[in-house]
Amino acid sequence: MIPIKVVQTTPSSPHLVSKGSVRRVMLIVMAALLPGAALYSYFFGWGVVVNIILALASAVTFEAIMLLIRKKPVLRFVGDGSAMLTGLLLALSLPPMTSWWLPVIGCFIAIVVAKQLYGGLGYNPFNPAMAAFAVLLISFPVEMSQWLAPSAVHALSFWDAWQFSWSGRLPDNMLFDQMTAATPLDKLKTDLRQGIVVGEIMHAPVFGYLAGRGAEWVSAAYLVGGAALIALRIISWHIPVSMLLALAAFAGIGQLMDPQHSVSLSIHLLAGATMLGAFFIATDPVTAATTPVGKLIYGAGIGALVFAIRTWGNYPDGVAFAVLLMGLTVPLLDQYALPRIFGARREG
Amino acid sequence: MKLWSFSGGIHLSGHKSISTGQPVRNLATPGRVILPLQQHIGVAAEPVVSVGDSVYKGQLVASAPSFISAHVHASVSGRVIDIGDYSLPHPSGIAEKCIVIESDGEERWSPDITPQLNPEALPVEQLRELIRNAGIVGLGGAVFPSAAKLSPPREIDTLIINGVECEPYITCDDMLMRSRADAVISGTLLLQRIVSAKRCLIAVEDNKPEALSTLRSAVEAVVGSHTMDLEVVAIPTVFPAGGEKQLVKVLTGREVPERGLPYEVGAVCLNVGTTAAVYDAVYLGRPLVSRLVTVTGPGIKAPGNFEVPLGTPVSDLLAAAGGVCHEQVELIMGGPMMGYQLPSDQVMIVKGSNCILVQPVAASLPDPMPCIRCGSCTSACPMQLLPQQLYWHARGKGFDKLEHYSLDSCIECGCCAVVCPSNIPLVSYFRFAKSEIADQKLRRQKADESRIRNEARNIRLEAIKREREARKSRRTKAGRAAKTPPAAKPVVDGNDVASSSAAGAS
Repeated sequence: MIPIKVVQTTPSSPHLVSKGSVRRVMLIVMAALLPGAALYSYFFGWGVVVNIILALASAVTFEAIMLLIRKKPVLRFVGDGSAMLTGLLLALSLPPMTSWWLPVIGCFIAIVVAKQLYGGLGYNPFNPAMAAFAVLLISFPVEMSQWLAPSAVHALSFWDAWQFSWSGRLPDNMLFDQMTAATPLDKLKTDLRQGIVVGEIMHAPVFGYLAGRGAEWVSAAYLVGGAALIALRIISWHIPVSMLLALAAFAGIGQLMDPQHSVSLSIHLLAGATMLGAFFIATDPVTAATTPVGKLIYGAGIGALVFAIRTWGNYPDGVAFAVLLMGLTVPLLDQYALPRIFGARREG
Repeated sequence: MKLWSFSGGIHLSGHKSISTGQPVRNLATPGRVILPLQQHIGVAAEPVVSVGDSVYKGQLVASAPSFISAHVHASVSGRVIDIGDYSLPHPSGIAEKCIVIESDGEERWSPDITPQLNPEALPVEQLRELIRNAGIVGLGGAVFPSAAKLSPPREIDTLIINGVECEPYITCDDMLMRSRADAVISGTLLLQRIVSAKRCLIAVEDNKPEALSTLRSAVEAVVGSHTMDLEVVAIPTVFPAGGEKQLVKVLTGREVPERGLPYEVGAVCLNVGTTAAVYDAVYLGRPLVSRLVTVTGPGIKAPGNFEVPLGTPVSDLLAAAGGVCHEQVELIMGGPMMGYQLPSDQVMIVKGSNCILVQPVAASLPDPMPCIRCGSCTSACPMQLLPQQLYWHARGKGFDKLEHYSLDSCIECGCCAVVCPSNIPLVSYFRFAKSEIADQKLRRQKADESRIRNEARNIRLEAIKREREARKSRRTKAGRAAKTPPAAKPVVDGNDVASSSAAGAS
């Protein structure tokens, strides 16, 4: 008999190769974002698509350049899809009509500063998209708060939006200032400060059935996409559920105590970045807490901070800041919010 | 019956039907067998034969020198041709002392082996002795000496017979339960008597309907008249439900304490193969000289289960299973989750070998990506550990942190590594860290010992020195006393007496 050639490839068990990959995770998350992204573009115009294109292109470019400089395998790490996901999340957080440099600078901060300078995939302490969003909001407050009124968008073609992004010019008969409107959260914040009651504010055209016109559907789409991620076990339920519950609890108490002077529960949940944040941003595994109890605390903390920033802060929305602030607690949560180990005696 | 569940675990495709198509085959007597002296946990057995001796099949060739050890018996009749170091079935192919017997092909059983006429009447102590004399160890893979396991220091209420076989591909327990259900049941009753358990549960995963129904009808046939509580329980198919701690949890809802053993929660757990071996030892008087081995996988031509004499080279077994389908293969002893790759086909089948999985050589493995902290490993871990934290600290050699995160509770089941999207070989890191920690502890212990020795030496030297000085001063005093005239005898006054008596009292 011919002697058998025995080869040892993985001397240590297990010998089954994991079917999952980082790329698969990232692709599924991006796919789950698509319905929300599509509705966002539908209600707020082609500018959203322009932002997505610019953000994806610049995120991948910055990632590749940094990998080259750091002498890392470029194709393998660009191919993991994490930079594209960061770009997509940032683009979906930006106002629908912006200049080209806003997504590009944002991606520079997200990919180069917040991610690669800290060691790249898996090593960044802060959520790259949210770090970039916060820097943009502080550095370019005007550009970051020019939101289109949902009624104005259908007048613009993709080409118009593309040209606006590069040149800042609109077709001849249009004025940008006439097309913008405050976001629902912004409107509520400024009007409430002027003493107008909620019942009156809600008649403004920017509101729809439950929250912002159009925006409420975008939020619903994120909710559906997020539920799909939980069903596919890409994310666990802990962070979204605890974040939404905490936010809902505070908003509900506020509404019960003073319905005419506080933002309603439905707006808290369906306006602004709540749903995007709960399912796609707070759940970023690299920067979130990892233990089940830690995740519950982390999510609830974000929910509470979002409520606090929206209610008492200067910014209309607070998801980015809340995520970054709770990110600071993650090392502590990882250290102390430990699960009970199998067979460990229940401690009193 | 109420069942509990353990957290974590994963669902795997079983690939069991590859090797269950044919009945169990007997392997032709091998030309020679190589019997390692250490096929069990504990102290190695000591040879009681010499090169040149003729031996019967079933004759004791190496004897257990202590309680946690196991006898080794000749698995063929023939002549001892060597006692020396041979490569063991271990990833490194490490060589250890073995007894090599050249078979005479006659399969002559030792004349001392006689069937027990009335095993039901034997006292428990004698049953334990028979099991110990038969060299039986846990055949599920843990190879812990069974006689030691059957002497629990506490009262036992539940005897668990483990026929779960949760690893993919392996079917030797399944085939054993199908073909020797009566032996399993009779063995269970013996074991029940030994540990005086109130109830016996024979657990089988629900993906083995044939084994379940065969066992159930055997229970009716054998137990019929008995009134004891003996139940065959189908449990859900989740890896690693066959892990001892997981199985105790599933069946009783009790958690074996960290670093503890099942008897601490009133349970004793033995594999079905071990149970059948107990039957053979008590009813037939036969020691453990062969075992069922599954030969399976995409790389073997005629997969199936074989009754294999211990010490048979793997190459003989592969030839009996029709040979391999590829020029180059990987051989895994055990299953794909917890088995290990063999360095060659020249190593032998030992008491713990349940399966030879033959696979074509895998394409190069994907390079690991960085950990993205997704937590899939945490949800998969059946011991509720945090593999990802363990990974960081294993990489950073933060050994005290590893203790904080209970690395020693890790059962190396491989669930974390299989679900990891970054393909990080987590179990390898944990094994490495465990051996480093063991090493460090050993070094620390040695350092402590030598420090204590050193201190003792210093004290001794000090004492000798003091002794010498005392002697010297006595001598000089004596010398001085000798020089001074007797008239000048020192006057002892009252004060001196008081102080010297106080010193004496202290």
